[in-house]
Amino acid sequence: MSGSERIFNALFWLYLVAFGLYLFAPLIIMGAAAFNESRFPTVIPWQGTTTDWFAAMWADRTMWQSLWTSLIVAVCVVVVAVPIGTAAALVLTSLHARAKGFAYALMVSPLLTPGVVIGISTLILWRQLGIGGGIFLIVLAQSTFIICYVMLMVMARLQRFDRTQEEAALGLGASKVMVFRRVTLPFLRPALLAASGLAVLQSVENYNTTLFVRGFETPLTVFIATKVRTGLTPAVNALALIIIAATVVGAIAFEIARRRRAGRPSP
Amino acid sequence: MSHSVELAGIGMTFGTTRAVSDVTFKVREGEFFSILGPSGCGKTTILRMIAGFIEPTEGRVLIGGRDMKGLGPNQRPTAMIFQSLALFPLMTVWENIAFGLEARGVGKAERRAKAEELLRLIALEGYGNRMPGELSGGQRQRVAIARALAVEPGVLLLDEPLSALDLKLRQHMRAELRALQKRTGVTFIYITHDQSEALAMSDRVAVMSAGLLQQVATPRELYDNPATPFVARFVGETNALAGRITEVAGGQARIETALGALTGRAGQGAAAGQAGTIYIRPEALMPGGATNSLTAKVERVDFEGAFALVHGAFADGAALAASVPSTRLGDAPAPGAEARFGFQPEHAVVLGDG
Amino acid sequence: MGDLYRRFGPGLSTIFVALVLVWLAGMVLAPNLMMIDYALRPNLPPAAIGGPTDTYSLANIAYLAGEATHRTIFLKTIWASALVALTTFLVCYPIAFWMAQRATVGQLSVVLLLIIIPFFINEVLRTLAWFIILAYRGPLNAVLMNLGIIEAPIRWQGDGGVLAAMVYAYILFMLLPIYNAIESLEKAQIEAARDLGASPWRIHTRVVIPHAKAGIATGFVFTFMLAAGSYVAPALLGAPGSRWFTEIIYNWFFEGGDWNRGAAYALVLLVLCLAVVLVTLKIARVNLADVAK
Ligand SMILES: Nc1ncnc2c1ncn2[C@@H]1O[C@H](COP(=O)(O)OP(=O)(O)OP(=O)(O)O)[C@@H](O)[C@H]1O
Ligand SMILES: [Mg+2]
Repeated sequence: MSGSERIFNALFWLYLVAFGLYLFAPLIIMGAAAFNESRFPTVIPWQGTTTDWFAAMWADRTMWQSLWTSLIVAVCVVVVAVPIGTAAALVLTSLHARAKGFAYALMVSPLLTPGVVIGISTLILWRQLGIGGGIFLIVLAQSTFIICYVMLMVMARLQRFDRTQEEAALGLGASKVMVFRRVTLPFLRPALLAASGLAVLQSVENYNTTLFVRGFETPLTVFIATKVRTGLTPAVNALALIIIAATVVGAIAFEIARRRRAGRPSP
Repeated sequence: MSHSVELAGIGMTFGTTRAVSDVTFKVREGEFFSILGPSGCGKTTILRMIAGFIEPTEGRVLIGGRDMKGLGPNQRPTAMIFQSLALFPLMTVWENIAFGLEARGVGKAERRAKAEELLRLIALEGYGNRMPGELSGGQRQRVAIARALAVEPGVLLLDEPLSALDLKLRQHMRAELRALQKRTGVTFIYITHDQSEALAMSDRVAVMSAGLLQQVATPRELYDNPATPFVARFVGETNALAGRITEVAGGQARIETALGALTGRAGQGAAAGQAGTIYIRPEALMPGGATNSLTAKVERVDFEGAFALVHGAFADGAALAASVPSTRLGDAPAPGAEARFGFQPEHAVVLGDG
Repeated sequence: MGDLYRRFGPGLSTIFVALVLVWLAGMVLAPNLMMIDYALRPNLPPAAIGGPTDTYSLANIAYLAGEATHRTIFLKTIWASALVALTTFLVCYPIAFWMAQRATVGQLSVVLLLIIIPFFINEVLRTLAWFIILAYRGPLNAVLMNLGIIEAPIRWQGDGGVLAAMVYAYILFMLLPIYNAIESLEKAQIEAARDLGASPWRIHTRVVIPHAKAGIATGFVFTFMLAAGSYVAPALLGAPGSRWFTEIIYNWFFEGGDWNRGAAYALVLLVLCLAVVLVTLKIARVNLADVAK
């Protein structure tokens, strides 16, 4: 190894370490601050270790209220986005080449639209129809782009589907509805589960779109953002830490399930 | 309802690809009927038109004399076994077998009982609760057959079902399929590109090439009396010598080849003055024979026990293939040498090129 | 469409098509059309709606062009978003290259997992983390002061803070497409280039980056769009002097009470983002179909 290469390598590892620090230091500091007695969330100076902030967070009724709102929204988003996204994937895969290009562009356009614009346009349309912001509009606005994610995941799975299975079922006398219910849908099941998980995650974490259509509702992200501006205490960090822990556990479980499935021999 | 299958001038065009043109034949009820042809000649397409997965762009499909136009695959008395088998990977073996019954609204207990019965038939008792992924290739094959038989189809359509199996298993399954067909009396339409399979199993065979029907005949007739040059070359091995037909009389034709004048039976398109080819089966060529005498340069002799395969080339460059019984091997020439062969006129056929 | 019908039969096909139409017509097209309609009309008291003054015009958009502060903020949002995209690219490229071409399988799976975990965590929380770090009395100032690098705390909030948090928030959208693109580059090509005496700089500018063009374009498009449309980072980390275009839009809706101007501003933002998407993809000759992986 030449001298310059050694220096280059050292620099690269330095960069890797800095990158890792950049990724994780903010999260670690945020989590650690939940245990600091200091009224403002920080780690320096450390004023003593406490779990009081968790208790404070636990006792906060508005937090529970917003958590509840977020969960209701998330469930509704799954109910709306998964069937529509699946239908979109099925329709798209059976379109012919030219129509497909156009439909595809239209169908992924919500992903390329800024979240605030989705929220705003939904708000405007429904005000015109006499309906203001609230859970209904949050669900609609979030679903508008979450459907795209569902569609892409289902399409990826459909690409590996052997359509002669459908023909075989049809040839054995099954109706088209039965073919769909017994053959196509079971095949899509893993993708539908994964898409539901992703939809919940996307819904709960959404802020930009939700902000405009929330009306008088306060979903979790809005709750946290408001706290940051009006009176941040480490109780918010306690909540953040719990959410992070839940997400990480969820993500790891999801990943393990995926790898296990991938490892199983498929017929 | 009888279960004869009649194709009346069917054709299929995919975009600009002409997959099948003007095919007409009739499969009798209870017949084991094969469709033989090289890859891409339109076999699967024909089967899919019979099953109703695609509608022919022209012509009609009749089953039991009834026009099937507009009837979907689930409304026809057919069941298909796919080239890829297409077992349902997420259902157990017995659920796979009983799927057709489920589609017909048969209760679970009865389905289970029927599945068990079929599992016995295919010698897979006790495998009902496995998943298809946990079976061997041959076992999966048999499950696919049982699944199709469960609906008691009048016509069973089989698309190269044995192609994925090794030789030993394939031979075993051939015998089983044949026995099964005899036992059930179901009309079988069986696709293969393996000619020995078609000849060994079938009552009759249709030979196809490039979307066109070449000949429909019994295996014996196909071998002895090919109707077209394609059939003559495709079915069985043959020695082909081109020339000009000089005389056709009394069922025999004389043809002037680069190796001299030869005589064989007059086949389709054989007319005096026409360009033609004489096709001689390897087993018809005898060393030293006096009639229809030919010389060839021997390149290799493969001894196979009961007979020996002699490979070489005729003077005009055409390949020589002769299979000589061991009892006459004494006369067989050594590799590298010139040798004389002869054949009886009734063992060769002359066809017009066309 | 005929294929769909043949595959699923009339009942299911109708349901599928209806669902898709509800989405595309009701949730994608109609809201955007109504937003355009709003953007082109004046803000009138309810009594005057439908009256003679209720006519289409570009006045709301012209207002943006004429209002100096808003115009400045708009232009700043554009170049700042571009800067975010560029910075994210510079931060991500080396690690993407390393992951795709140098890392062992074991290293790769660990690094991928480590990188993905922070991004399962919500954007608001990630921004909150930066809020805490960059706070006036926060850890960053404390560390720097303890180390003696600075004498008095620095007010990080403002452009710098927004940039740091946005780059942080969108790393994955840049990293994954670039990684995927570089991964498909054969190692032999790089070796061949080195063999021919190319310097590392040339290898990257002439071999790797051209090959990864589509991935880089995708990363740019997403990062730019997300940055320009972001509300949370500027709202939490910005200073009064570093307002973001989305904040102005928000104010039109919830403080200024002029939805028509707000709609016009949102429309401008949408058109800007779509233009950037289309132009970038055109320059990089990438198909829209390849963007969404
Ligand atoms: N859905 C289709 N669209 C376009 N062309 C097709 C389609 N199905 C078949 N073809 C074409 O029709 C011709 C016949 O195909 P077919 O599948 O019937 O062949 P085959 O005889 O079954 O061949 P193999 O022995 O390889 O299975 C081929 O040229 C094929 O490319
Ligand atoms: Mg085939």
